[in-house]
Amino acid sequence: MTGLSADNFVSYSYRELPKKNFNFGLLFTLVGLIGIVLGYALEPERTSFNLIIVFTWLTSIGIGSIFFIGIEYLTGAVWSVPFRRIAEINSAFVLVAPIIAIPVIFNIHSIYHWSHPEALIHDEILKNKSAYLNQTFFVIRFIVTFLLWFLFYFLIIRNSSKQDTSKDQRSTRRNTIISAIFMPIFAVTLTLFSIDWLMSLEPHWYSTIFGVYYFSGTILASIALFTFISIALNESGFLVEGLNREHYYSMGALLFAFTNFWAYIAFSQFMLIWYANLPEETFWFINRGVGSWLYWSIGIIFVKFIVPYIFLLPQPAKMDPKRLKFASLWILFAHYYDLYWIVMPTYSKTGVVFSWIELSAIVFSIGLLVVCSYFFSKGRNLVPIGDPKLKRGIEFHL
Amino acid sequence: MENKENRNLYAVGALFDSPNKLVAFAKKLVNEGYRFWDVHSSYPLHGLPKIMRLKWSPLGYVALVLGLTGTLTGLFLTYWTMSVDYRLTIGGKPWFSFPAFVPVLFELTVLLASVGTAIVMLFIIFKLPNNRHPLHDSEYLKKVSVDKCGIIVESHDAKFDYQTIRSLFGEYGASEVVDIYYNEEEIAYKPRVFEPKFIVFLVVIAILTSAFGYLFNNKVLYLPPFDFMLKQFKVNPQSESMFFADGFGMRTPVAGTVARGQRDYPFKGKPDEAGEKLVNPLLSTNDVLELGKRKYNTFCSPCHGWRGEGDSRLNGQFPNPPSLHSEKVRNWSDGRIYHVIMEGQNIMPSYASQLTEKERWAIILYIRALQRSLNAKQEDVK
Repeated sequence: MTGLSADNFVSYSYRELPKKNFNFGLLFTLVGLIGIVLGYALEPERTSFNLIIVFTWLTSIGIGSIFFIGIEYLTGAVWSVPFRRIAEINSAFVLVAPIIAIPVIFNIHSIYHWSHPEALIHDEILKNKSAYLNQTFFVIRFIVTFLLWFLFYFLIIRNSSKQDTSKDQRSTRRNTIISAIFMPIFAVTLTLFSIDWLMSLEPHWYSTIFGVYYFSGTILASIALFTFISIALNESGFLVEGLNREHYYSMGALLFAFTNFWAYIAFSQFMLIWYANLPEETFWFINRGVGSWLYWSIGIIFVKFIVPYIFLLPQPAKMDPKRLKFASLWILFAHYYDLYWIVMPTYSKTGVVFSWIELSAIVFSIGLLVVCSYFFSKGRNLVPIGDPKLKRGIEFHL
Repeated sequence: MENKENRNLYAVGALFDSPNKLVAFAKKLVNEGYRFWDVHSSYPLHGLPKIMRLKWSPLGYVALVLGLTGTLTGLFLTYWTMSVDYRLTIGGKPWFSFPAFVPVLFELTVLLASVGTAIVMLFIIFKLPNNRHPLHDSEYLKKVSVDKCGIIVESHDAKFDYQTIRSLFGEYGASEVVDIYYNEEEIAYKPRVFEPKFIVFLVVIAILTSAFGYLFNNKVLYLPPFDFMLKQFKVNPQSESMFFADGFGMRTPVAGTVARGQRDYPFKGKPDEAGEKLVNPLLSTNDVLELGKRKYNTFCSPCHGWRGEGDSRLNGQFPNPPSLHSEKVRNWSDGRIYHVIMEGQNIMPSYASQLTEKERWAIILYIRALQRSLNAKQEDVK
């Protein structure tokens, strides 16, 4: 490779983000945290179920962002290079998320039925699954999964940050190799993660597509947050000059594509279970048709598929910053809605429940999102100024 | 090569290595007010229609309409076949079970939207089968369909000036500038849909595909290893068997076997006894007469005629049977007619295997109704 001339790099100067949003996020976090601590003291079981939603939601965004960065490196994407640092900041949520899981692990007996030794005695199915579904192995898997994700997070981020000053092209190649190693590990760990934390809430139930189902929500949520922050920062001029609607188009197209992907996977899961009509599989959907859960279940078709699908269908919608910001917030909400639909029927079998505990979990997640974004972006360039593809990325047009 | 005298200048074209230079040049052409020019690229350049101030392409709406047509067609197809016309119970599901139809709707939507859009594009927008265009077969087009993109400025543009355009191209970094000529005769040629070449092509394709289909379905599939489904450890109908001493694969039922829904007939060869002892269990209701009429028309009417007058539809291939309205038949009891259906009479064979017990009695009631229609009694008129 030949050396790079100076005009491959653009002028960018670091600017501190305004404090206003941070204070607002901090307030949310504290209010939510008080609610959760109170809830944990009064109703530990219910609060833990809510914490699982918050935990899996934040992990989605974090690990999905690492996956997104990896795909960018592997495909040699050009358009997304100016925005890559934003995905890197979002991927820091994997560092924060496991803290939320700790109170859940301490409360494991009231959440995961398979963790009761006495439940295994009369239950042949759980006894056979106990080689995998037992407390020790569960915690080991939790730790190993997150250690692996931390490892890849630090490797990729370190190379990318170093490149800002060194302008070394080899960093890009190194990250490409790391991403290639990350992909199969990501596939296995994410599948096991979704089985452990979400599917084993109903330990008798199994769906072989469940890992892909969680993945589809993961990638949607991470791209949605990426889109929102990228457009918001670019509009207020924190990024470099020259980023415009043509860059946004790819974000809109990805959101649209993965909305379809989610619908495809969700329907595949539903249709096979509906068709085969086996009692050990159907009860999961039957539980979600009890009482007011039925409306929640029908609502998911509209919230996560039909509304964003129709909203993002016209080409101009995929480029318009206003509509894109709305769509990405909507999709983040839809992913939370989806996780609520997966987790909560195990807690409340008769119908949808919503009270101050659920509300404080949502307020807490929003606050944490803002606070962490600020914390991890502090002192870092918001544009990967050392990347050899940056100039081409800025000049990108459709 | 043709000689240059015959040829007219169609356009001047320029090839660019990167779309960026091309876009810059396109902007220049728009600003200068050129109207007849075009851009060619091997992959879509999304921003260009706006720069070129083209009208929004209607193709998206074509795809939308065709896709929705596909959805509705799929819905009608699945609804009509599965819920109305040919109901099959599958896995105990209701006849109209929407989740099972969704894959069909989805596939038809995609199929109609994609294939339909391609056909509309080729035959309406590109005006196929007309393939005569000055750019056709030119070196310029060969290059823009590989790794270059290009702009042509047509010679009939009001602002067209050969030298200015060529120097402009050079200014904007074109990697190559070419002149594109056309031949008057070639362009004016009107293609016919049924060219002899095209017909021959169709015939050859038809022969090849049917030959391949014939060989594959009748020969290749019977060769190992594709014949594994044919070789199964089972007895096929009418086939030989080494297992039984008599060598027949098909077995007769054990003596005394009665098929489900059938009853042993105790009056074999005893017509008079049958006439005395058998009683019609059915009442002459509307439903029963409808059933009798349907079965009579199917099994009896070919020889006995629609009204039982013995006017056979078989045009003398068999001797015509006597009329069912004769004194003799009218005085027969129901059981005596039942015996004829069971055992046959003269040339008429037994219809026991074609008709169930209920259907036989229903036919008899229908024959009674026919008889009464021609030989009504006095009290029927009242």
